[in-house]
Amino acid sequence: MRIRIRHETTYRYAEPPRTAVQHLRLTPRNHDGQHVVDWRIDVDRDCRLVQSEDAFGNTLHRFSVDGPLESISTVVEGEVTTFDVAGVVSGAVERFPPILFMRDTPLTTPNMAICDFARETTSKESGTLSKLHALLGAIHESLTFDAAATHSGTTAAECFEHRKGVCQDFSHLFIACARAISAPARYVSGYFLGSDGEDQVAGHAWAEAYVEDLGWVAFDPTHGVAPQENHVRVAVALDYLGAAPIRGSHSGGGGETLDVKVRVARAAAFSQSQSQSQ
Amino acid sequence: MDSRITQFDELAGADGRTRAPYRKLSQWLAETPPELLASRREQAELLFRRIGITFAVYGAQEATERLIPFDILPRILSRSEWTTLEKGLIQRVTALNAFLADIYGAGEILRAGIVPADLVYRNPAYCPDMAGRRVPFDIYVHIAGVDIVRTDDQGFFVLEDNARTPSGVSYMLENREVMMRLFPELFALHRVAPIENYPDELLATLRSVAPPRANGDPTIVLMTPGQYNSAFYEHSFLADKLGVELVEGRDLFVRDDVVYMRTTEGPRRVDVIYRRIDDDFLDPLCFRPDSALGVAGLMGAYQSGNVTLANAVGAGAADDKAMYTYMPDIIKFYLDEAPLLQNVPTFRCREQEALAYVLDHLDELVVKEVNGSGGYGMLVGPHATKAQIEEFRAKLKAQPQNFIAQPTLALSTCPIAMASGVAPRHVDLRPFVLQGANGARVVPGGLTRVAMTEKSLVVNSSQGGGTKDTWVIDDAWVADEPMGQA
Repeated sequence: MRIRIRHETTYRYAEPPRTAVQHLRLTPRNHDGQHVVDWRIDVDRDCRLVQSEDAFGNTLHRFSVDGPLESISTVVEGEVTTFDVAGVVSGAVERFPPILFMRDTPLTTPNMAICDFARETTSKESGTLSKLHALLGAIHESLTFDAAATHSGTTAAECFEHRKGVCQDFSHLFIACARAISAPARYVSGYFLGSDGEDQVAGHAWAEAYVEDLGWVAFDPTHGVAPQENHVRVAVALDYLGAAPIRGSHSGGGGETLDVKVRVARAAAFSQSQSQSQ
Repeated sequence: MDSRITQFDELAGADGRTRAPYRKLSQWLAETPPELLASRREQAELLFRRIGITFAVYGAQEATERLIPFDILPRILSRSEWTTLEKGLIQRVTALNAFLADIYGAGEILRAGIVPADLVYRNPAYCPDMAGRRVPFDIYVHIAGVDIVRTDDQGFFVLEDNARTPSGVSYMLENREVMMRLFPELFALHRVAPIENYPDELLATLRSVAPPRANGDPTIVLMTPGQYNSAFYEHSFLADKLGVELVEGRDLFVRDDVVYMRTTEGPRRVDVIYRRIDDDFLDPLCFRPDSALGVAGLMGAYQSGNVTLANAVGAGAADDKAMYTYMPDIIKFYLDEAPLLQNVPTFRCREQEALAYVLDHLDELVVKEVNGSGGYGMLVGPHATKAQIEEFRAKLKAQPQNFIAQPTLALSTCPIAMASGVAPRHVDLRPFVLQGANGARVVPGGLTRVAMTEKSLVVNSSQGGGTKDTWVIDDAWVADEPMGQA
């Protein structure tokens, strides 16, 4: 499937900061399940955009700008062709052995309740893959999607206590559970092509877990599915912090507000809707 | 007295005959009236108060800053003892460095199966951002503090390696300065190796690892988390001695991968940062996003080779207590040498058999958290209450991989001068090893920490431990002098 993506992020400041620095993980790479046809990245300020590769092989762009800045807007736009590989991620850049992804982070450390939940959910299953599918179903069932319930610093344990959250929280909980049953797991940030084709207010996130003899397998606990053709993978890390689309910092100023517009559509449909809106 | 602990006194020796390095001190003590010692103790206290050396104690409710107890009697090592120790320290720190270069590079020691990969990759101090990147001159550990103990006069044990931001060197320097004022007569009796050159050596080390563009004239700064840090006194003391700016994160900024310091004359490019701030707080864009202590973009500048950080980010992956148990193998692997300093025999609680033994012998062992430091999160079995032992039993069962255990060592003792007279107390030693592009070296001595309470084995300043000046004296000088009259 050919998917077209446009993702615009605007930071506005009530009091303009003197300087700002941002790290962008907004550029997808190829693997056997996706091919990046074209991709461009634009920042609406005079700056030098330095491209590098981060620890996990994600494409990273960095820039610093001098103010006073009333706003900074970043747009990424491009097309990616996806293939149904039944959620198995092969041919991706791998910088570490899977064991690294057994590591707990503050956002994903399982507490007793999560460990119990993971054990009970998977006790009747044999084999890592079926255990992970059991977790996928159970997390999708027991959590309610609620954008008001959590924030970007919410931990898996906090999310599990309230049984509410957004894709980031669903993913952190899945990762915590997978690691609790000794399956290496990691966070994926990317894009999701929904059936309604409406504009989205954020990118999407899901998880990958490592299954012996199969490799990394993707799981989307928010939708309760194994990704097929509708997911575009951008960055992976131990948790949200390592894969966040934008991490920024500014000095001076304040009153920051964030506005995100994400449009994901089938390539042909996208151009049509665009011409309609003009 | 605990009968299992037969102790070695560094003055009296095993047989009660005064050991050679202490002969003159011992004789001087015998001839010195107690009133004189008492008045020198008072003077010492006054001097330290005037200097203002204090130490913030985490969790203490009343005074958040207090004076670290100082004992006026020197701890003495002979030159030959020191030479052994020095070689062993340099060997150890060279191996620590080779290990870091390897686990962030080719990973040969992991492929050889010498160190388990999960112990490296799951270690929270292992920094994925450092993997596959080289650091200037391949030096990760510029300043190491290696904690040393002894149980007899045969050799030295390493208790712990500190490869992150070891502190205490300011006490080593201040203790010497105070001692020279208090006891000129003792310095006249001994040929004590100087340590005053430590700041020069440190500065030379930092200069040697500057990025090439600094052209031999690098701008160096010392970065502190700020005045609420327990070692803030040391940070300002060292910056002063080094003649470099003491900065906090907010004094620095990054523009296009270059670090600048704000000065009254405008931005000034920074080449080397001696940082006394933990990895987690260095850069809110890479590590903890809530850190207000760091500099946004610092890691980008570091990875571009535009600034050198000392110690390197991720150096802590080599110094945790689980990795410690592999140090003899690590030394052998990289240097093909036998370790000159011994490791204390250690049970890895992650291994089932070891755990079973430890749970059965909690009243005899010292149990430490793998990632703990400063004597927090530690059980000293022989001195613990039943309740403390049971608390640790539960912790061990829940997360055995987080703990190691060691036999309770009969740490050596040294005399201290108290109001009630001279008495032996347990000591350890933290020498400071410097490693630059210009080689590795150790100033002769270090910080001797002493448990001020009788029988106590905990020397950490956070737990009421004190310090002593540490002397390395020439053996020849001791032997040549006729004994008898002073």
